[in-house]
Amino acid sequence: MNALPFDFRGETLHLLPSGALHWPAPRTLCVADLHLGKSERMARLGGPMLPPYETEETLTRLTQDIALTDPATVICLGDSFDDMAAAQGLETTMTDRLASLMAGRSWVWVLGNHDPGPVNLGGSCRAEYRADPLVFRHIAEPGAMGEISGHYHPKARISLRGRSLSRRCAVVDATRVILPAYGAYTGGLFCDRPELERLVSSDADMLVLGPSPIRLPLASSSIRPARRSSST
Amino acid sequence: MTRSLPPAITGWFASRGWSIHPHQHAMLDRAHAPCQLLIAPTGGGKTMAGFLPTLADLADGTHKGLHTLYVSPLKALAADIKRNLTGPITEMGLPIRVEDRTGDTSSHTKRRQRADPPHILLTTPESLALMVSYEDAHRTFAGLQRIIVDEIHALAESKRGDQLMLALSRLSALAPGLRRVGLSATVEDPAAIARILARHPDPCEILEADPGPDPDIAMLTTEAPPPWSGGGGKYAIPAVLEQVKRHRTTLIFHNTRAQAELFFHHLWLANEDQLPIGIHHGALAREQREKVEQAMVDGRLRAIVCTGSLDLGIDWGDVDLVIQVGAPKNVKRLVQRIGRANHRYNAPSKALIVPANRFEVIECTAALEAVRARQLDGDTDHTGPLDVLCQHILIRAAAGPFLADDLFAEIRTAGAYATLPRDSFDRCLDFAATGGYALRAYDQWQRLVQRPDGQWQLRDPRATTRIRMNIGTIVDADKMQVRYQKTRGGAPLGEVEEYFASMLRKGDTFLIGGQIVRYEGMREMVVEVSRTPYLKPKIATFMGTKFATSTQLSDRILHMFRAKDWPDLPIHTREWLHLQRRVSRLPERDRLLVESFPHDGREHVVAYGFAGRNAQQTLGLLLSQRMEMMGLNPMGFVATDYATLIWGLDPLDDPRPLFTRDNLVETMEAWLADNAVMKRTFKASAIIAGLIDRNQPGGKRKTGRQATFSTDILYDTLRKYDPGHVMLDITRAEAMRGLVDFGRIEAMLDRIGDRIDHVRLTRVTPLAAPLFLEPGRVPIAGSADQRLLEEEAQRLMTAAGLAEIAT
Repeated sequence: MNALPFDFRGETLHLLPSGALHWPAPRTLCVADLHLGKSERMARLGGPMLPPYETEETLTRLTQDIALTDPATVICLGDSFDDMAAAQGLETTMTDRLASLMAGRSWVWVLGNHDPGPVNLGGSCRAEYRADPLVFRHIAEPGAMGEISGHYHPKARISLRGRSLSRRCAVVDATRVILPAYGAYTGGLFCDRPELERLVSSDADMLVLGPSPIRLPLASSSIRPARRSSST
Repeated sequence: MTRSLPPAITGWFASRGWSIHPHQHAMLDRAHAPCQLLIAPTGGGKTMAGFLPTLADLADGTHKGLHTLYVSPLKALAADIKRNLTGPITEMGLPIRVEDRTGDTSSHTKRRQRADPPHILLTTPESLALMVSYEDAHRTFAGLQRIIVDEIHALAESKRGDQLMLALSRLSALAPGLRRVGLSATVEDPAAIARILARHPDPCEILEADPGPDPDIAMLTTEAPPPWSGGGGKYAIPAVLEQVKRHRTTLIFHNTRAQAELFFHHLWLANEDQLPIGIHHGALAREQREKVEQAMVDGRLRAIVCTGSLDLGIDWGDVDLVIQVGAPKNVKRLVQRIGRANHRYNAPSKALIVPANRFEVIECTAALEAVRARQLDGDTDHTGPLDVLCQHILIRAAAGPFLADDLFAEIRTAGAYATLPRDSFDRCLDFAATGGYALRAYDQWQRLVQRPDGQWQLRDPRATTRIRMNIGTIVDADKMQVRYQKTRGGAPLGEVEEYFASMLRKGDTFLIGGQIVRYEGMREMVVEVSRTPYLKPKIATFMGTKFATSTQLSDRILHMFRAKDWPDLPIHTREWLHLQRRVSRLPERDRLLVESFPHDGREHVVAYGFAGRNAQQTLGLLLSQRMEMMGLNPMGFVATDYATLIWGLDPLDDPRPLFTRDNLVETMEAWLADNAVMKRTFKASAIIAGLIDRNQPGGKRKTGRQATFSTDILYDTLRKYDPGHVMLDITRAEAMRGLVDFGRIEAMLDRIGDRIDHVRLTRVTPLAAPLFLEPGRVPIAGSADQRLLEEEAQRLMTAAGLAEIAT
């Protein structure tokens, strides 16, 4: 498997090509921002009727990653559902698939801003999940140490011999990891956006997803809009 | 028998010493026909011919409400006609109210116009579609007698035209007896336009006015030769200025906005006499455009640098010279642009063509021959696209409940949809109602629901807002406004594509509105700039519409290449062709020339297919797909009307496998699956059909952007989980006839057979050089990506002293 290993707070973590984070020592797999039920929610709110296949696609990816890593613990890092009603409204075929993934594993639903309450799908619901030396929560907190979070859907923009390439990525510095969104219908926020950039130190790296994830310095995202002088 | 005109009108003509043109009489005589198409050259009094029957009808002041609807493709044209109509109506003392209604009209006025419409309303296809979507449309349009579609040749083969004709099918149902009038510039096949205009199966009478004298048209000769490549025509500026000085008013047409911007900038630098010269194109802010239009009407300008935004019949008064910079790509458009000069009947138009580079010298020569031979380009048969139909169904639903049978019958009265199969209609209706997925996911949240009486209606009436906000068939790249910094609320300078804006760094300079500005930053989706008069600009990449060179022009060019020498061509172009023949060879009509050479660290392949821009683009996709399979690591390509240039990491040895007919369809299918052109086509169709929203209620876009995701994801998901979905069928059909132009590829492959000449060279050839400056490069997402990414990671990590942690 083309996972990218990296050291973080003395632990060895692996970023999988799909964007899942594998922590082999305690047999833990972590995925952020699944946004299950997104198409249903948009249609319910009178928005566009998108192809209703993203839950199936996302669970298919998750099934593959679980088969590869056989985790004892799976952490869904918040925004696992596009909203609380979407969690209730999942098709039976999808809840069945989810149940078979959960069977025999410890399953943690970390709360997110889209899914701030408990769901009746089994597993445990937590505002955050601690497994020393790491802490898993949905939105990064200032000053946190050893924190794994999601929420921002980071994306890299890289200039290669005159072409611009855009891919999902994780952002890593000495204190935190911000994971890419795992769900099929998720957009991204470029790493050089101030919301994201102010969270990490200047020597942070991007772990860019692809057939083999690749590590690049964050500062190398060479196309960057000038930031507002007033915002600093 | 000439229908008697009211004395107020005849008196007005007489007081000016004018007589009514024969075709204006003819239009009056036949005013009761259900459909009339008038073909007349620019300046032939077309508009008056269209409106005279209306003025005659309304002269006695008895008609209440809307009588005549006038639709033009341009907002500016509607405003212009209003001016030109209000004058005579006032002078004739007729009791007629004329108003215009476009995207620029205030919402207050729009509301009033629906409740209390004027006698004559001037509008655009999009504004009309919006009016048709209102619940009170049947009241607004009750009593409507005539509809005039101006410049219909410009709408005939476009989705805007399809949308307009669908709106007309609705109007004909709301106002039975509605008569249609089309006004068109000179076209090759008037019957094709008549078919689209008429309410099917009504007949349409075609009236052709005297085409007038032959135009006085020539190539502009300059002291300096045109450059080897490039598209700006900058070299010709002294000669162009000289012409401007010698004429009263000159229109200087360009094919793209970027070129117009650059040319205008250099024209100003060279304008030592301070001649008043303006610029006009569609990406400029409305305030800017209006200022220029007013100055033009007042006769204060000696020249206007412009693009297609001035193509159509706006009456700018005293234009006595038209200059076309860059090859005109198709003879019809050239003829119509030439017609902008001497906007008076029976006076020859005067025009000069300026080739932008040496290849265009050849193209322009071919175009001139075609104009002199009065040989226009033929139209292809047009069937209405289904994405526009899907939007029309939603528009109809916004106006109120409907029966599927009624709507189907109504739609089939639009010429382009006359042969629409019921099955296609039902699929579009299902798509509009439920999303049309194989998995019935949205039973609860359907957009349209069927009532017990069988009528379809919106599930949630609030959806009307969303539908109305997304009306229209022009899909632009996302645009961002450009403003001067620290002038909050100040006049915007214009727009640039979001992609272009994202590449700017603080301090970069670019041209907009003829001024060089410096990029300062971005604030809430507005690009902020400052003034910097003395720097050299980085070129703005925003582009105007591009057209493919017609088959006729391509054939004429290839015919010219067969000559031993070209005594009629300027010496520089002659030498250039001889040079190409010496270092490589010249393309021939029944052979295919393929050149390959290294340049700038990459391998390059050029195929001179002369199949037009779109087909050459498709050829780029096919060839790069095959090169990927051959392990040549192609990285991208760019296409022009005559050639495709592909670059990649490895050299080509044998081009023959690239052009074999074997597996052509399979290769097509393979790249249909996954390429940028299909995804771009899908995005446009998805927006038009209402699969995704272009605009959302509630105004501003989120600055956070995590919420939006690329339509590429939807395309990939549909292909994987719902390959029979109607949107994929629409995308395929759109791509095949639009961006793909597969017919011209097949015609070319048939023509060349196995006669492929591969020339391997050590450097760029004379004919290939212009390709390197073409915008619109298409990247290929293949194995080269990963290889480069790995190399880049290694390089950066080594540079940072971190090589040991990189994988």
